[in-house]
Amino acid sequence: MTNIQTPLHSVPMTVAPVSVPETVVASAPKIIARNLNFYYNGYQALKNINLDIAERKVTAIIGPSGCGKSTLLRVFNRIYSIYPKLEAKGEVMLDGENILDPSFALNRLRSKVGMVFQKPVPFPMSIYDNIAYGIKHYEKLPRAEMDNRVEQALRQAALWDEAKDKLKQNALGLSGGQQQRLCIARAIALKPEVILFDEPTSALDPIATSKIEQLVEELKSQFTIVIVTHNMQQASRVSDHTAFMYLGDLVEFGDTTMIFENPKQKMTEDYITGRYG
Amino acid sequence: MSSDSLVSSSTAPTASAQNARAGRDARTDTIFRTVVTIAGWFVLITLLGAAFSMLWGGREAFSTFGWQFLTSTEWDPVNHKFGAFVPIYGTLVTALIAMLIAVPVSFGIAIFLTEVAPNWMRGPVAAAIELLAGIPSIIYGMWGLFVFVPFMAEHVIPWLNANLGQWPVIGALFRGPPLGMGMLTAGIVLAIMVIPFVSSVMRDVFLTVPVRLKESAYALGGTTWEVVWDIVLPFTRSAVIGGVFLGLGRALGETMAVTFVLGNSHLLSASLLQPGNSIAATIANEFTEADSDIYLSSLIALGFLLFVVTFIVLAIAKLMLKRLAMREGN
Amino acid sequence: MSALSEKLYARRRFKNAVALSLSFAATVFGLFWLVWILWTAFSNGVAALKPSLFTQMTPPPGSDGGLLNAFFGSLMMSLLAVVIGTPIGIAAGTYLAEYARKSAIGETIRFVNDILLSAPSIVLGLFVYTLVVRQMGHFSGLAGGIALALIILPVVVRTTDEMLQLVPSQMREAALSLGVPQWKVTVQVLYRSAMSGILTGVLLGLARISGETAPLLFTALNNQYWSSDMLQPMASVPVVIFQYAMSPYDSWHSLAWAGAFMVTVFVLLLSLVSRAIILRKKVHND
Repeated sequence: MTNIQTPLHSVPMTVAPVSVPETVVASAPKIIARNLNFYYNGYQALKNINLDIAERKVTAIIGPSGCGKSTLLRVFNRIYSIYPKLEAKGEVMLDGENILDPSFALNRLRSKVGMVFQKPVPFPMSIYDNIAYGIKHYEKLPRAEMDNRVEQALRQAALWDEAKDKLKQNALGLSGGQQQRLCIARAIALKPEVILFDEPTSALDPIATSKIEQLVEELKSQFTIVIVTHNMQQASRVSDHTAFMYLGDLVEFGDTTMIFENPKQKMTEDYITGRYG
Repeated sequence: MSSDSLVSSSTAPTASAQNARAGRDARTDTIFRTVVTIAGWFVLITLLGAAFSMLWGGREAFSTFGWQFLTSTEWDPVNHKFGAFVPIYGTLVTALIAMLIAVPVSFGIAIFLTEVAPNWMRGPVAAAIELLAGIPSIIYGMWGLFVFVPFMAEHVIPWLNANLGQWPVIGALFRGPPLGMGMLTAGIVLAIMVIPFVSSVMRDVFLTVPVRLKESAYALGGTTWEVVWDIVLPFTRSAVIGGVFLGLGRALGETMAVTFVLGNSHLLSASLLQPGNSIAATIANEFTEADSDIYLSSLIALGFLLFVVTFIVLAIAKLMLKRLAMREGN
Repeated sequence: MSALSEKLYARRRFKNAVALSLSFAATVFGLFWLVWILWTAFSNGVAALKPSLFTQMTPPPGSDGGLLNAFFGSLMMSLLAVVIGTPIGIAAGTYLAEYARKSAIGETIRFVNDILLSAPSIVLGLFVYTLVVRQMGHFSGLAGGIALALIILPVVVRTTDEMLQLVPSQMREAALSLGVPQWKVTVQVLYRSAMSGILTGVLLGLARISGETAPLLFTALNNQYWSSDMLQPMASVPVVIFQYAMSPYDSWHSLAWAGAFMVTVFVLLLSLVSRAIILRKKVHND
């Protein structure tokens, strides 16, 4: 268990610049964001974010609507780059390399950092082809090995038993929860190092939700996980560290138990206790 | 079940291979983007090319006849004298008749399909009306020529002659020999062709009115008709006008159906029961027989006029339809 | 209610009843014409059907024969139109939906495309006359096919644009987040997702060009004999119908009805098939 100490500067009631976490960790953080600013058509959506994401842990990002949590998540795989007028400034280090540098190839970034979205979006193909799709772009595998990789990914996503007899069937025939696990399997199949989850269960029923949460618990032994959620209870259930954001600022960051039981910022406390949403 | 999260498995590509890959992907992306951009511009160029080529082809006629081209009723292939007034007049009159009939009927159909008809009826009836739009115009022409024209000649025109034709002033519109062919007949056929277009736009547009708006009107005790006239119509006004212009654009440019039933005469007459001509019908009938350059040029000039008029009408239609879409926040 | 308001209310109810009955009458009016026209086409067409339609060529004035060369010509030119118009249309629609969705140039092209869509087809025929027939020095099936391609083009552009825009942005993002390049995502994922819609657009475009006469009049002209040479004038069903119907010969009229019947049936079939495709996709997805 790693201890993260967060030395605080006093924070007045208005939103002020962020506290810089000092990390005393067993291994170096997987992702380090330094002075990260993000602009959307001139409007500043992220203000001077400094954040460490620990390796093989689950880090949750919570906050009210519009706080920038999804924006921050989407910087980590530069998915914003397909839209004009979106711009990131600052540094985001993945294993020591700055991913915001244009010379960092996008396909390399995305093979290391996978993403699962809010709405399950299986491709209009068979289950097998969904999983194989990403792999095929990177590696030319013989049939038997591809079968293996697909099976591996489905097992890791806890979908193998339900899907193994239907591999050739269209993925759209799966239920919502199954489709989301398929999307997770699809991301895992590329053997990434980090998986980003953007509100992965907000479109699912409670049973499917708890299955996904269980899955996240299992996956963290192999992958670094960052999860954005508007559901505070979910964050407290699954994550090791939690970051609280408000209107583009990182207000507080620390151990999940500490954030929820003994937050240092009044704003965090107000949010946790439901004073505002 | 060994699955390491490290990328360095035996078959996974190295960093430099990834970078090379990225370069190839970027190049292919650029090629793809260029190809589709060219295709997009092709559409633009096609329209501009069509407009320009007709202007070019008609230049001899325009330069020879000048503005008189638009006002002269002479159409004399032998002496090489051409004036577009009769075809222009016929085009406008038949389109006007068509819209006078089609707009109220389409409005009625749209109300029926959105407010009056029971739910199970709406789908099939709407599909049937749309079928009218799918029937090729040459079928309208055949039916018009062999069935409707005789019908008009035997039953309707004599009646018109005897009744409306006797009225002062407007009577002149309705006096004529029972040929069956003529501007009235053509106008009616055009109306039938245009109805499905206008009614389907109206229907689509009526359906975009927020239900709560209508419900609150009903809750105040409004009758169905009042809700339509006072709420739905004002809300959708620009789009309704847009739909009407769309229908008008179609009526102006319709060729085959009109050619079959208009009579193709270059004589100007006040009566709607006399044969006339339209721009499209003139071109269709005479193009392959044009035996002189000035003849051909006059026909192409006619085409250019038609193009300009329909372009303006369709542009207005689009603008009107867009206004409603913007209001909806689309 | 007071006597006055009762009277007012009665008037309003009367107005309402009149308006609604008129709307019903309007619908009956519309359907009446549909039934009359279809009945005419079918009854006259079926009466004129005979095997020689498919075995003999278009006959000289006054004689009897078939429509084989016309069917073949229509088939060839429609095929050419689809082969030319569909790829360009899909590419242009892709440009609009993926690269120019909200830009000024995109809006301009969409506007122009919609004008092309509703413009009189005779105008496009004149364009191709100037561009192709004049240059070649004679009429040809090639010119006819090109004219038809220009008619089917805006239909495919619009359908592709709309169908691609319907694909949720998250699907695009999901594919891109796997590291797959933009062009591959478009071709392998987006097209697949939009394919049934695009196909429907092509079928509807095909239905449209099957009945087009005017543009063929001065591009492909007509051909009394069998010809498979696209560089020569070519017969087509609509043009033959036009020529035969306007003539004074009964045998030609009969052939015209037969041709009209075939065209109507073909067009109706195409609409049925496209509706079936849309329905199948809907059922599949729910």
